[in-house]
Amino acid sequence: MSTTSEMTQTPFHKYHVEHNAKLVSYAGWEMPLLYTSIIEEHRQVRTSGGLFDVSHMGRIRFSGRDACRFLDRICTRKIHGTAIGQARYTIICNERGGCLDDALVTRLDENAYLMVCNAANREKLLQHFAREKGEFVFKQEDQTTRTAMIALQGPKVMEMLSAFSSEIPNLKRYRSTTKSLLMAKFIISRTGYTGEDGVEVILPSMFAGKAVEMMLKNVDSPDMIKPCGLGARDSLRLEAGMALYGHEIDEDTDPLTANLHFAISLDKGIDDPEVEKFIGQEALRRIAESGPARTTTGLVLEGRRAPRQGMAVKRDGQQVGVVTSGCLSPTLDKPIAIIRIDAQHAEDGTSLGVDFGKQIQEGTVTPLPFYSSR
Amino acid sequence: MSTPSDRLYSESHEWYQVSGETVTIGITQYAANELTDITYVEMQSPGTAITAGDSLGEVESVKTTSDVYSPFTGEISEINEAAAGDPAVLNRDPYGNGWLVRLNVVDATAPDTLMDQATYDERYPLI
Repeated sequence: MSTTSEMTQTPFHKYHVEHNAKLVSYAGWEMPLLYTSIIEEHRQVRTSGGLFDVSHMGRIRFSGRDACRFLDRICTRKIHGTAIGQARYTIICNERGGCLDDALVTRLDENAYLMVCNAANREKLLQHFAREKGEFVFKQEDQTTRTAMIALQGPKVMEMLSAFSSEIPNLKRYRSTTKSLLMAKFIISRTGYTGEDGVEVILPSMFAGKAVEMMLKNVDSPDMIKPCGLGARDSLRLEAGMALYGHEIDEDTDPLTANLHFAISLDKGIDDPEVEKFIGQEALRRIAESGPARTTTGLVLEGRRAPRQGMAVKRDGQQVGVVTSGCLSPTLDKPIAIIRIDAQHAEDGTSLGVDFGKQIQEGTVTPLPFYSSR
Repeated sequence: MSTPSDRLYSESHEWYQVSGETVTIGITQYAANELTDITYVEMQSPGTAITAGDSLGEVESVKTTSDVYSPFTGEISEINEAAAGDPAVLNRDPYGNGWLVRLNVVDATAPDTLMDQATYDERYPLI
């Protein structure tokens, strides 16, 4: 592929090379796209377990007196009142209600929080935080390069981890715990981006290789957990109906249009002056009041062709929306797309077409997610 | 899989095997690896007239969609229906069962832009 010299390598680089990864440039990082086949790795996660290096994701720690208040100012979700160990999916908005990024914020301690954000948005967010810091008193630490992060995802992952810890399999979803191993602190959260059960683990960079070796030594057979690349991660999250920055959300697309209502606390701070209101809240309240003109939903297509981002979605020859993400779903064995569409055409069961240039492929509006493990 | 020496290769990663007035066309292993899992193959129908530089059809993978080009002028005589039914054959056996189309050509003289196996392998080595 392109020159690799200017890309940042994760602490698992040697592991990727040893496992014959096809490495690609992604947001300035040299990351594995796949090891064997995207479709095989996708199925591996749906049926057993996959190990993903997600060390490229941004990891920013906030601590000190006003850490919580500052996070409430920048996050659409309410951070005030989260329990220690609790993780929350949130959007970070601009004043117009557009999305600067989506992130997971975990309360680590009384006054300490960890934000995991998208690799491509890390620098932008650090600048945004510096602009918005104002009078808030807190410490902010970008821990991205001195930590590593892996995701273990799949129906057999929790069972595998029970051999390693009795506490981890009992974690509730979106809860995390801190474990000490090799004299290092590991943050283990029951979260993920595949639609499967599993965990995400943050650990010091220098222990990355050793830790993976130790975790995988409890595996009954080498086929139980296999390394999986970013290619499978994308098709897995798409089937699970999860948003990806640059596709379903961006600075010109608000989270209500992206159908991420669950990630927005429109009433934050309104009855409680202790809690900061968030940037973009007024804009989102106005959008919510009138109802967003467009929404985001799923489309299952006929045929075998994979819809791609940017293709027009049509009804009776007229464009009514656009494909934000698409693939040939390995689980459904049908083409699927997430589409952003005029709200009046988004009813489940509506027949819509995707314009492939030479032909229109018919499809049916289907609510997200396309796949659920439960 | 090693690149066969009995055919010619293009910068856009097609292979062309000339036999009399018939040219069999497919994509290279390098191309298949770059595309990743191939999920869809659609070639133009037999009988379609092709002018040098035309697209013969499309190959689609998990990642992207790619046209397959012909530097020869002629008419499509046969397409590989089995590959359309099992597109992954292009990943497994691109130089054998993964062939795509056969072209009846007017002039089987290969354009200078095509490379032999050694040149192609040197320029696009398989990792």
